[in-house]
Order: sequence, then C-alpha cells, then structure tokens
Amino acid sequence: MSARAHPDFLWRNPDPRPSYDVVIVGGGGHGLATAYYLAENHGITDVAVLEKGWLAGGNMARNTTVIRSNYLWDESAAIYEHSLKLWEGLSAELDYDLMFSQRGVLNLAHSLHDVREGRRRVNANVLNGVDAEWLDADEARAFCPILEVGGHTRHPVLGATLQRRGGIAKHDHVAWGYARGADALGVDLIQGCEVTGFEITGGRVRAVLTSLGRIAAGTVALAAAGHTSVLAARAGLRLPLQSHPLQALVSELLEPVLNCVVMSNAVHVYVSQAHKGELVMGAGIDPYTSYGQRGSFHVIEEQMSAALELFPIFKRVRVVRTWAGIVDVSPDASPIIGTTPVDGLLVNAGWGTGGFKATPGSGWVYADTIASGRPHPLAEPFGLERFTTGALIDEHGAAAVAH
Amino acid sequence: MRRDSGGRIDRSRVLRFTFDGRELTGHPGDTLASALLACGVRIVGGSVDLGRPRGVFTAGAEEPNALVRVGDEPMVPATTVELRDGLEAWSLRGRGRLGPALPPGGARPVPGAPSGAAGRPGTDRSPGAAGRPGAGAPPGEPRHDKAYLHCDVLVVGGGPAGLAAALAAGEVGARVVLLDDQPEPGGDLLSSRVLLDGGPAPDWVSSVAARLAALPEVRVLSRTTAIGYHDHNYVVAVERRGGCRLWHFRAGRVVLATGAHERSVAFPGNDRPGVMLASAARTYANRYGVLPGRRAVVFTCTDSGHEAARDLAAAGVEIVEIVDPRRDGSLVVGTLADREGALAGAVIGGAAGERAAACDLLAVSGGWNPAVQLFSQSQGRLRFDETLQAFVPHLSAQAERSAGACRGVYGTAAAVADGFAAGSQAAELAGVREREVFRVPECDEPAQSPPAALWTVPARRPSPDRPAGAAGTAPAAPDPSDSTAEAAHGPGAGGDAEAFVDLQRDVTVADLGRAAGAGLRSVEHVKRYTTAGTGAEQGKTSGATAVGVVAALLGVEPGQVGTTTFRPPYTPVAFGVLAGRDRGALSDPIRVTAMHDLHVARGAVFEDVGQWKRPRYFPLDGESMAEAVERERRAARTGVAAIDASTLGKIEVVGRDAGEFLDRMYPNTLSTLPVGSCRYSVMCGADGMVLDDGVITRLAEDRYLVTTTTGNAAAVLDRLEEWRQTEWPDLDVSFTSVTDHWAVVAVVGPRARPVAEALVTDVDFADFPFMTCRESRFGRVFRISFSGELAYEINVPRWFGAALWEAALERGAVPYGTETMHVLRAEKGFAIVGQETDGTVTPQDLGMSWIVSARKPDFVGRRSHSRPDTARPGRKRLVGLVPDDPREVLTEGAQLVASPGGRRMLGHVTSAYPGVALAMIRDVRAGDRLFAFDARRGCEVPVTVTDPVFHDPQNARRDGDPPDVRLEPVRGYGARSALAGFGGRFAAAGSCGAMIREVPLVPMREARGEAPVEERGRKGLRLGPDWWLVVGGRLVAGGPPGVDVSGQRAVVRLSGPRAGDVLMTGCRIDLHPAVFTVGAHTRTLLARVPVVLHRIEPDAYLILVCSSLAGYLAEWLLDALEGL
Repeated sequence: MSARAHPDFLWRNPDPRPSYDVVIVGGGGHGLATAYYLAENHGITDVAVLEKGWLAGGNMARNTTVIRSNYLWDESAAIYEHSLKLWEGLSAELDYDLMFSQRGVLNLAHSLHDVREGRRRVNANVLNGVDAEWLDADEARAFCPILEVGGHTRHPVLGATLQRRGGIAKHDHVAWGYARGADALGVDLIQGCEVTGFEITGGRVRAVLTSLGRIAAGTVALAAAGHTSVLAARAGLRLPLQSHPLQALVSELLEPVLNCVVMSNAVHVYVSQAHKGELVMGAGIDPYTSYGQRGSFHVIEEQMSAALELFPIFKRVRVVRTWAGIVDVSPDASPIIGTTPVDGLLVNAGWGTGGFKATPGSGWVYADTIASGRPHPLAEPFGLERFTTGALIDEHGAAAVAH
Repeated sequence: MRRDSGGRIDRSRVLRFTFDGRELTGHPGDTLASALLACGVRIVGGSVDLGRPRGVFTAGAEEPNALVRVGDEPMVPATTVELRDGLEAWSLRGRGRLGPALPPGGARPVPGAPSGAAGRPGTDRSPGAAGRPGAGAPPGEPRHDKAYLHCDVLVVGGGPAGLAAALAAGEVGARVVLLDDQPEPGGDLLSSRVLLDGGPAPDWVSSVAARLAALPEVRVLSRTTAIGYHDHNYVVAVERRGGCRLWHFRAGRVVLATGAHERSVAFPGNDRPGVMLASAARTYANRYGVLPGRRAVVFTCTDSGHEAARDLAAAGVEIVEIVDPRRDGSLVVGTLADREGALAGAVIGGAAGERAAACDLLAVSGGWNPAVQLFSQSQGRLRFDETLQAFVPHLSAQAERSAGACRGVYGTAAAVADGFAAGSQAAELAGVREREVFRVPECDEPAQSPPAALWTVPARRPSPDRPAGAAGTAPAAPDPSDSTAEAAHGPGAGGDAEAFVDLQRDVTVADLGRAAGAGLRSVEHVKRYTTAGTGAEQGKTSGATAVGVVAALLGVEPGQVGTTTFRPPYTPVAFGVLAGRDRGALSDPIRVTAMHDLHVARGAVFEDVGQWKRPRYFPLDGESMAEAVERERRAARTGVAAIDASTLGKIEVVGRDAGEFLDRMYPNTLSTLPVGSCRYSVMCGADGMVLDDGVITRLAEDRYLVTTTTGNAAAVLDRLEEWRQTEWPDLDVSFTSVTDHWAVVAVVGPRARPVAEALVTDVDFADFPFMTCRESRFGRVFRISFSGELAYEINVPRWFGAALWEAALERGAVPYGTETMHVLRAEKGFAIVGQETDGTVTPQDLGMSWIVSARKPDFVGRRSHSRPDTARPGRKRLVGLVPDDPREVLTEGAQLVASPGGRRMLGHVTSAYPGVALAMIRDVRAGDRLFAFDARRGCEVPVTVTDPVFHDPQNARRDGDPPDVRLEPVRGYGARSALAGFGGRFAAAGSCGAMIREVPLVPMREARGEAPVEERGRKGLRLGPDWWLVVGGRLVAGGPPGVDVSGQRAVVRLSGPRAGDVLMTGCRIDLHPAVFTVGAHTRTLLARVPVVLHRIEPDAYLILVCSSLAGYLAEWLLDALEGL
C-alpha cells in the first residue's frame, strides 16, 4: 500500500564505467547526499557512488530518524543548524515527501547535573540562533502528556530542553530522494560493489579496486560510517574511530499516542512515533566494538525498563523487530570531515550515533570540500588535525546516547 | 460452527466472552479465534490502509488479520489467545490502541465509512489525541519476571521432530530443555488424524510427554515461544504463565524443530474473510472441533492441501472442488463477496475458461515455508530448494541443527526420525557418552509429491475504473451460478491490485510491480518501498510470496532474490515483559550509606548522584531549601556541622610500587608523600583533561588510600586496573575498593575540634596538622577540608557509621547536605569535577598549574598538556563572578557575553549561589564587567569577574577556634549491620520454600598472593588472579598483606528447596549442582548487583553483596520470594 507514497521511478542500475572524476565509497545517506550536492551545487556529475550492499542499507536504514540541531559547541551548532535549515526545504528540493515532521524534541534531565548542562546548552543554542527552550518538569509533562515525570519514579524528570523545530523524517524517503536526484543528474549509483583496496602512487590515490573491477578516480571520498576504519586501513590510514553496535527497535502499529520526540541520555531511551504508527526506539550503544549488525539482548531489556519508567502506558505495547547499526565514534563524539594524508582521498566519518540528522548538511559541506579541494568553512573545525592539536569539539554531553 | 464432537476442547464447560460487545461463548481448549469461528464470526477486523474486511487466516502466531484488542492488550493475534471466561475483545483496524477501551462497536469496517481515516501521530497536540496514563488503567498488573538457565541441549518446538529430539537427548542423560509455544506439546500432531503405530497421534505425543516428564534433567516448557537466537547459543524465550517469564538459555547444542508455515497464493480477492490457509482450516476442524465453513473450495499446490480437504470432508464440510494446478493447470483467479465483503464464492480458471463456485470457505495451500527465522537469527545461511520451492537451512553458524519440517523434512515419520537423529547427535556433541536407539513409529501417511511453483495467479485484466478498497461496499453478492466472469470479481476487483501478498500491510502484487518498475532490485528495497513484511507477523505469511513475486518480476530465481534479514523477536513481545521486574524501585539499583535510615527519619531531601541517594539538605519544619541551606552554611562557618561523606570513592593502593604507579597516574608526585600525610590531586585522561579528583593519603610505605568523586569511583578503579594490566604489568601494585567499608562523617566548622575529640578519643588533636591522617582504634581521621573551615573526616567501618553520625549530631553538629557542601566549597573557589569541568578542562585551566609536576618524566596526560590547543593562551579558565545584587542567584548554565545583546559566548556559569558564582571564561581578568545570559529568565544579569576564592583567601580559618569545651567522649560505637532493618520482613517471607537471613557483621579481609590464603582451615575465596577474600577469622601472621574490608560487604543466606528458583530469576551463571557444586563460589551479578555467590549446602547459598547495595538486593530478594 505504501508503495503509492513513492515515485514511479527511482534510479537506473548502471554498470560501472572504468573511470570517474569522483568516486564516493558508501551509498548511505551521506554518500548519496554528497553525490546529489556535487551534481546540483557544483555541476560535477562524473560521479559514481559505490555501495557494497544495497543503497542506504546501513545506518540510514537502521536509525531512529531524530532530527535536531541543539548541540552545545559553536562548531557543532553551526553545521547541525545548517543541516536543519536544509531539512526545512528538503521535500520541495527533492520533490519527494520526506515526511519531515517538526514535532519537537525533548531532552530530559534527571539529575541536577543534567539540569545545569541542559540549561547551558539551551542558552548556547539561543545565542547561536538555534531555537531552544528550557522546560521545567510540569511544562515537559504538558508538552508530552504521556510522560511520567513524578517523584516516585527511580529517576524523576527534573526538566527538559525543547527544540520545537526538531522532529523526525522517513529515512528511506530521504535516501531515495537524494538517490533519485543524483541519478537524474547523471550520477551512477552502483550497488553490490565492494571496495577492496586503493591504488595509491606518489602519495595520491589513483583508483579504487572493487568487487566489480578497478575504477579510476580523480577524487575518492569515503562515506562509509561504521566501516570507514576498515576502508581507511586498506589505504594505510589509521583513523581515531571505534565502531560499536547501536540497537533500535520498533513496535507494532498504534493509534496516535506520542506527539513528540523524547530523549533521555541518562537512562538511554529515545522514542518517537512514526507516521504509520509504530513506536521507534533507540538504546544505548553496546559497549564492545564490533562490525556485526546485531547487539546484546540485555541492552534492549534495560532500555525497556528505563522506557517504562518514563512511559508506563507503553507496558503492553509489543516490540516486533530489533536490529543494530554500526556507529563510528570518534574520541570527542564529533565527526571527522576533510582531507587525509593521502592526496585525493577524503574522509567523512565519525558521526557516531547522530549521523541521520546531519545528512543534508554533511552532504553539502562534503560536496563543497570535494569540489574545491579545501574544507568547507563549516567542516574546517572537524578536520583530522584536531586530534593532534587538541582542538577537540567534545560533544559527549550533547550526543543522544551515552558513550 | 461447532462440531458435535471431536477436537481437544472441553465441551462440558462453557466460557463466556465478548467481541465488540457481543456476548459469545466457547470452551476450554479454544483460542479466541477458534471460538469466534465457532460462533460464526467471519469478519474480525479491518485492514490497515484499505479498510477491507478481514477474517481469521491462520491458526497460529503468524496470523496477519485477526489482530484484536483483548482487555488492556492493545493488539494481539486472536489465534494465540487462549479463551478464558470473561474475556473482552474488540476488533481493530490494523493499529493497536492504548488507554481507554474501545466502544462496543470496535473498529470493524463500517460499510460506507471512508477508509484511511486513522490519524497520523504528531499532527494533533490536543490532549485528547494522546492517551493519558492511568486512563483505563487496570486494577492489577500481571507480574512478569526473568530466568536464566543453562542446558546441554535446547530443543525449540514440541512437534514430532522436537519431541523426538528431546527424548533422544534426554533419555541418554543430557540436560534438556524443550520449548513449545502451545498449551500442550504435539505441534501439528494435535491437528492431525494420522495414525502412529495404529493409534491416534496424540496418544503417541502423550506417551513421549510422559517419558520426558519422568526424566529429572529434562524440563518441558509449554506456552513458551523462543523469540531470539543470539551469539553463543544464547536463546531468549517468553513463557506465558499468568504474567510472562522471559527465559534466557545458554545451550551447549540447539535443536531447532520449529516446523513450517503454510503460505498462500497471491490471487485477486485472496484477502476476503473466508479465505484461510488450508492447514488452518484443518486445525480448526480437527483440533478445535470447529467447522470454518460449510462449503469449501480447496486451492492447493501441495499434497497437504488434499489432506486438509479429506479432513474437512470428514468433519462435515462440503468440498465443492479441489483446485490443484499440478493436475490440470486450473487456478483460483478471483473471489466473490457477500454484502459485507466476506467470501461468497471462488472463481476458478482453467483450460475450459472461468467459472464460479459458491463457497464460504476457500482453503489455500500455496506451499510451505520452513520456519527458518531462528536459524537465520543465529546467522545460519539459507538456500532455496527448487524441489520444495522454499528457503531451507544451509550452513549453520552456531552449535545448532534443524530437524523436521523447519529444514524441509516433511511427513510425520520422517520428522520423528530426523528428531531422534538430531537429539542423539546433540547429546553426543554436548558431551553425553550414552547411546540409545529409538524406534520411529509406523505412520499411515502417504508419500508426498513436490508442490507446484506458484506464487501468484497472473493478472488477467485490471479494472482501473473500480477503485480498490471498495469491496466492503459491495451490493448484494451475485449469484455465482449465473455470474459472468466479469461479475464474478465483483466491484473493486483490480487484478494485481487486489492480489494480496501481505495482508497485514495491504501490500499487493501491483505494489511489488511498482517497486520493480521504480528500479528496485534488492528485496530489502522492495520491502521498504511497499512495507511488505514489516507488520507484526514480520513476513511469516508474506515473505516467501513476496520473494517469489519479485523473482518473477525480475526474471530470476527466488534463490537469487534471497530473503530479507530475519530479526528478533520471532513473535512480538511486550515492553513490560522485556522489563520484567526491573520496574519502579527495582528499575535501577539504589546505593545508600550506613546513615541512610537516619537521614530519612530526619526528613532529608535527597538527590541522585549516580546510583547513590545523598541528602541534599535537611529542612526543619517549614523551611525552604534556601533557608535550610543558609542555616546549615552558617553552622559550618560559625559553629560546627556534619555531613555524611561516605559516598566518596575509596581505593587502597597497595604494593612495593604503589608510589611509582600513582606518580604515573596523577600529575603531581605522590611517591614523596610522607606516611600519614595527605595530598590533593586530579586525575587526567590521556587527552590531558581533568577526569576526577580526590585526596591521596599515604597510610604506610607501600600503601595509599585514594579517594575519588562519588560518581566516578568505579570508573577510576577500572582505569587504575586497565593501566596497570595493559601498560605496566611489571609494577607490584594492587587495588582494593573500600568505598563501602568505610562510613565517613566530616565534622566541619570553627568549633569542630571538641566534637571530633569526643568522637575519636584516642587521637591527639593538639598535634594534628592540616593534610595529615591519624589512625585510631575506631578507624581513621583525616584533617582535610572541602570548605575552608577546620574539618575532620572521621572514617569508621560501616558497621559503626550510624552510631558515629548520631554521636556527632548529639554533640551539636548540625547536619548538612550536598547543597550546603557545594556552597561552602564554591565560596572557597574549589572546583567540582563534572560541574566546573566538562571533559574539556585541564588542571591549568582550573588554576592548578601547581599540581602538574614539571619534573616527572611522564604521567598520563602529560604529553597532551603541550599540544598546541591545550597549551595556547586564551583558554577558558576558572574565575569567580559577583552579581551586582548580592541576593541574586545566577543561573547555572547561563552563558556569559561581553555586552547586552552580545552573542559571542565567552564562557558559562558553572556554579551559582546567592551573591557568588563560579564560571569558566576566556579572555577576562578580575574587575571585568560581563553579562550572564539566561534565555529562560529573558534577561542578562550584569556581573563582575573576581578571583574564584571568595572566602578566607589567606586560609586563616583553617585551624578553627581554640577548643574551649570538652564534650562527652564516646566510649564505643554500637555496630549495626547493613540489613538490620530487614529482619522482620525476612522472617515473614520464609514460607514458600526459600528463606532469607542476614549473617550480620562478618569480618572479612582481601588479600593478594599466588597461593590460596588460608587460616584455621578456612580457605580464602578466590576473587580473581592472585586475589582472595577471607571471610571470618583473620589473616595468618606473615601471610600476604591484606586489606580490612569487613564493612564492604553484607552477607545474606538464602536457603531452602526453592533457593535455586530464586537465584535463577536474577543470576546468569549455571547453578546446576554438578557445575556449581557445594563449596563452590564465584563473582557474578545477581539482580544486576555484583555479588560473591557461595554455595555452602545443596540448597543454601551465601550472597556477599556491597553494603550500600544490600538494601536493594534485599528488596529484590523479597520481591522474588513473593513471586515463587
């Protein structure tokens, strides 16, 4: 039935050509957005997106679709707010109903420490031009009537930050919108094509070696999220990334019951109700490193325990599916965007648990970086150098998930 | 309609229930679905998008249509609900409903009502749009719990193959668990009329069940569904038993005997109520004694469809026709509907053209899909079997084997034989040496021939002028005897647009066609484009058909398309079941100090710090927080006050290289610290940022006591261990947590000394310099201060903490909490890690350059301090702020800007109290004017930058007032055990086969050394490599050095025949007496709390638990006993 929500045609299925100006490794949201903006903003259309599996089948297909820009530090606020502004015009831009719904995102505070940090973030957001409000517990309850804030719960809600412009979108629609747009502009989207190595001579990347053969490239742009470190190692680079499973789940369809996005860093819960009616929930990351897209069941059990403290009304709701994605976490919980020691090889990774919301902004600045050969101003603070200079952008506090 | 006889129901008893307000009846043994069918209810709900009427389609957990609300359960398959008296059920429109019950009419499609009316969440913020908690809340909630069990062989599925496997493994002595999701084992045999050894199949089932019941090492769990198969043969299952029990099995070998699901064929109108899987129709007739229709057409691609037809005929159903494309190529190409949209006839197409056959049951068998969900979850690989036209297990990834129909071995005798083989092999591979030969019973089933490869009936002619979804508004059903082919389809017939692949999500062949046309080649894309397989049944009835249709559309074989990924849970599971008992007070462990009950009695207001409950302030009658804090603060500044400081982390660092090790871990030098002296330090990460802080005291040449912040105690201990084990394994140093061993009362204020002298009578307070430590027969006293006032931190073993606290208060100390503590330290300019710091702050930023040794060659974080960004000028640093109005309290978290309206943030307020604040700011100096921006207040408060030390910058008050009184000295402290308050409740709870007692006040020491530590025949309990715990007694003189940890742990004795049943609900280890033998002990988790578990008798255990968590564990145990 929902097939009718999509266009009649999405993309071609071309065979790869022997050479491209730009090869993007990774056909997820960020890779597809990058390809689209390369073509749309910079007129660069001799581009291939190489995807090991199926388009947008990694974290793009696995995330909980929360969109917000209320990050603490100026550098983060700038890039995420740029992204949010793009979101606000994206359905029109891509001529695709992305089901972008600005229903508001609550971040709950359960301790005095959370309260201080929440207020600090709200004030920073407002001064950075990002909409943000601090709500006390009663106001949070008024905004989300099914939220249990009471003092008898183990970790009562003491307040919350609210970003009204935050919300959710439908992840597949977003990826497919970018893919369709890129394909229409001439970008080759090549699925089932795994990059197995890089041809590097004279310190410069010349080609990628793939399961479908050698493909020469002027620029190779990595956009492979949790598998970036594996790819980079094939180019001789060791990146400061750790890949962890991050689990999520959906319930069966329900009549409307939850009107906003609720996130609680302290007790590892974030939840929203998708358009069709299912509750979509995320957990804390699994503590071990792994590339297996599955997690430990006890993490789900603990998440449910925490969720029911906040939403006792959900106790009889049933989970129909759980899964995991692989999130690439950097030491400061901020992304890595820019050049690498290998000429022509660029990296965009480390978005950790929060990459979905950044999809438009990430693609935008990465395309610009690829096109111009120097970091986009919004990407500049996120270069690899910061791990040498120490100019870290520590967003552990603002990340949705406790690391 | 109910048959007069037959089936496994008890006709002597009548159960009353309602459906959409209608009063109906059934019998014990019925499911809600069978009872509805027996009562002639054909339409049980509406479809989610199109609003088409739908009826019962299956007889199992894979049901896509009959999802109903039952009582407070928002949405459950009627096919899995055991009928009970008084049950209330309502139909739904594909979406569950929380909160208030539905109106009597339910959500059944109403003729003429617009479809697609369900609102979208998030579009309406009126209170009515969102359910409210408590609305329609049930009187009593079911009690869910969890259990953990190890076994040699876990058999999933109690049909012929599973029963045989369990028997084969069990009779040779293996520890076997058999799971079956039905109320009684037997699987398909309960629905079958086959004869085994000449008798009814259920007789054979009973005989096997009886043999299993006689085996002590075999556990058969009925009503139990395996939902997840995780790595390392970890299988999670839900048992329905009043509430639900979430089982966690760790199995040596797993035998999957999960059977197979029948599938339908995608032909137009295949969703009408009355269209049912052939095996389901047979089950209703044979097992439930229900006629699912009076006149049936059977449309089958399989031999099993013919078997169903025979059974239906035997039950009294008129078989109008059997349509089998294998015989003559004939197909069912459409259906006829009655006025309500339910089935009135089938349109049969063949070589001779089309004709209609009136019927009220269309039993369909499109083939069988082995239930490979769990196999796939285990990471096993599938292959497509051309003969069976199905995906079957190919390569196992774990210690697992499939048996019977779930690997495509059909037929009862073959399944039993396969089960015997699988069970014998599993037992052998699990290490059981016995062998036994099992005889497969004689079975009268005919041999099976392969199914037809039919996924969809080719569309003949779409009718675009007739919108889909209007079937419910059909006028009178045409009389099939004279209907033309066109009329036969009835209004709304749309060819592929009415040929349903996924009934639950209203996905049709036409939808799949659109997906392929859009360029989609991956079945995962098709799933997302169409939503096929995303419903509660997760593709059990739809997945294979979707693959077959997509393969046909793409012109490839189904095996090339492959399946979508199977994920847990196998069947939906309620949030509340996953949470189990971890709700409310048990949702997260709570840690309390020895004085907690006294704080509660005094009316303290608590704050959560990590898992700890700490008093924030102690209001007297009618006092506000501000008033209470000011009173407490005044006492500390002008008189004497006391705070319970027990929660601070405490670690003894012992060994020849203890000083060297600490020099490497902390930025200042600790190896030069004289014995008996204290030094403040901060711990940095490798990035140079401050992670924690505390006071380090040298207790002896080779022994230090390190304190940490309350929240970081475990993290710091982990860090010490990690660096020692991974970087410096050569150093002789060990770490012992003594956080819970010591109760700490800080006596603070200019008049602190007389109180301290009275509390600790064997220490010379006249010779007790600042930053030193004194040993006492009561414990230890540290002269350190977090307030700037004279202060003594008195440590006594936890047993004596409550008495110490009361004695301090009796001698005039005013109790204060964390809020006043924060005010006192802020006035003194002391930073709090986690408040002034946020992971981006160096010691230098805090104004503590003095703490960073320039002489040491290295320490953790040193290199980072010289990185360009860390060493640059212009970093934020700690300053004080004074608002213009001395009564003003700035907002913690306010951002600081240079001028009103400014947007460039210079820093932020980290701590704020009346008239004073601390902040981290860049590029300012004392005297600068700034503005504190708080969006919530909507104003910018002018402030002046100052030095962060507001109070007594010369440290003149550190020594307090000269002592001028002598207070009544304490002669000794009475001991109170951690669970002293639980005695009565423990005694009252001991009548259910298990009992709990505290073993109070047991002396304990931790020791290090290679050899087992022993004293008077009492062997130390090994906690880890070279790590021993001696319970009771004292260390042998000359043995390895030890640390007194008598207060660190409380001891609980759990005993009785059901003690194991209690432990099983919260402890993950294998407690089988052959594995965890009498005398054995281990460190493990119980109720998510770290414990040492020691089996002292076959049915008695000692549980050693951290004292601060003992109360939590006691509550958990009492709750567990209640559930026995």
